[in-house]
Amino acid sequence: MIRTQLPLIITFFTGMLLIVTFFIPHKPFGDLEQRFLIWYSIISGFTVLLGLDSLVKYHLTKLKKEFNIHSFILLFSLFLTLILGFYSWFKFKTPFALNSPFMYLYTYVIIPLQATMFALLAFFIASAAYRAFRARTFEATLLLIAATIVMLGRVPIGSYIWKGIASFISTIFPKIPYEELAKKEIFALISDWIMNIPQNAAKRGIFIGTALGGIAMSIRIILGIERTYITK
Amino acid sequence: MKNLWSKLATIDRRIIYLLVFIVVALPMIFRMIMPIRVSREVQMAFSEIDNLKPGSIVMISIDYDAASEPELQPMLIAILRHCFSKNIKVILLGHWALGLPLGEMALNQVAKEYNKKYGEDYVNLGYRPGYTALMVGIGKEIRDFFPTDYRGIPIDSFPFMRKVRNYQQIDVLVGLEAGATGDAWVQFAGARFNQKIILGTTGVIAPDMFPYLQAKQIAGLISGLQGAAEYETLLKKAGSAILGMPAQSFVHLLIIIFIIIGNIGYFILRKRR
Repeated sequence: MIRTQLPLIITFFTGMLLIVTFFIPHKPFGDLEQRFLIWYSIISGFTVLLGLDSLVKYHLTKLKKEFNIHSFILLFSLFLTLILGFYSWFKFKTPFALNSPFMYLYTYVIIPLQATMFALLAFFIASAAYRAFRARTFEATLLLIAATIVMLGRVPIGSYIWKGIASFISTIFPKIPYEELAKKEIFALISDWIMNIPQNAAKRGIFIGTALGGIAMSIRIILGIERTYITK
Repeated sequence: MKNLWSKLATIDRRIIYLLVFIVVALPMIFRMIMPIRVSREVQMAFSEIDNLKPGSIVMISIDYDAASEPELQPMLIAILRHCFSKNIKVILLGHWALGLPLGEMALNQVAKEYNKKYGEDYVNLGYRPGYTALMVGIGKEIRDFFPTDYRGIPIDSFPFMRKVRNYQQIDVLVGLEAGATGDAWVQFAGARFNQKIILGTTGVIAPDMFPYLQAKQIAGLISGLQGAAEYETLLKKAGSAILGMPAQSFVHLLIIIFIIIGNIGYFILRKRR
């Protein structure tokens, strides 16, 4: 009873109170909202500890069953980072002091590792674009053309290519002056139009949909209709 | 001939990887530079900071980590240079714990260039958990969430921080975003407290921010490495973004060439079948 009903009561009470504090920012409601926000911040801090606990427990259990190199590296890195962080904190008053061991680890291990992981995407994207970007249907062709124009319009080389095209056009049609045509930066102009008009229209539709979904879900949680967050 | 088209439609991925590596590495090795066209949204962001009076306060939120460093760190450095060159005070904080050391590195680098002192010209508040709660809470009183800076020094011991209580004293908020934190800044700090916001985002995130720009919910948008290069161009101080643009240009061109080759091969083979 308490395990299922009490969270529902707390959620309903808190949700309703926060709605009231939003519309009545004066005392005592205004102060109450700030207090709730501070509590939220404190609880968020504890969720990090909870995550740490789950992560360590999971990998320790895995290691106890049989030796797993990935789990070992994860736990070793985790505790090494923690130890260096605390050591830097005690010695330099902050782990972020530029000459601290923690920043050494950050600069020479974390930054290169994260940058490498992300940089690999460039290779995969190039390969995937070549394999998957085929004009099989009308929609796929539209996407392909739009993507190509945006890719050219967003980088300086697009200007060079356009200048080449402008030169070619003014050679065939001498009445069209090259300078005026080259200034137009057609790829950049079309790219801006794609980003500002069709892209924005689609994005707005998605945003409105997700916002309405978020509101509906919040109401369901406050009223206790949505109960999936309660462990049975 | 059929064999040629078939080969074009199925180029080994290792060849693609090698070509990508070459077109990225060569422009960087030879330090090529290309002229940068400045877009309206970056010009807006630049003008917003450029029009601030000396002594104004800019709050910069580091909402990225090392994975997005090549795109967002040049933006941070360019914005810091712009602020410090105009004697604008800077408050740094972040919602991504792993990104704050990057902020500290940039502050240390740029502050030295402009002879700026910690506590007098800039302050680093660090990271606090809470995300959206923090954004809303700062609207009432910043001390409720950041009573001290990242080293534990009370913020009231810094002269310019004594007058900062909430968003009303912050002239511009700059969010450097690699995720959805930019949306939250607009929704919570912008919509509720009318905070003027400029967003600097990775290229992937930028399309999500265009509706805010069009609706004037943000005062400027710096998107991706190109945006950072545009800001550096406006600042007339070349940095890693301007140097990185030729590599990005050639990779874009290479991908387009591959797409065209792939499609030609695909259509010819389909026609023959």
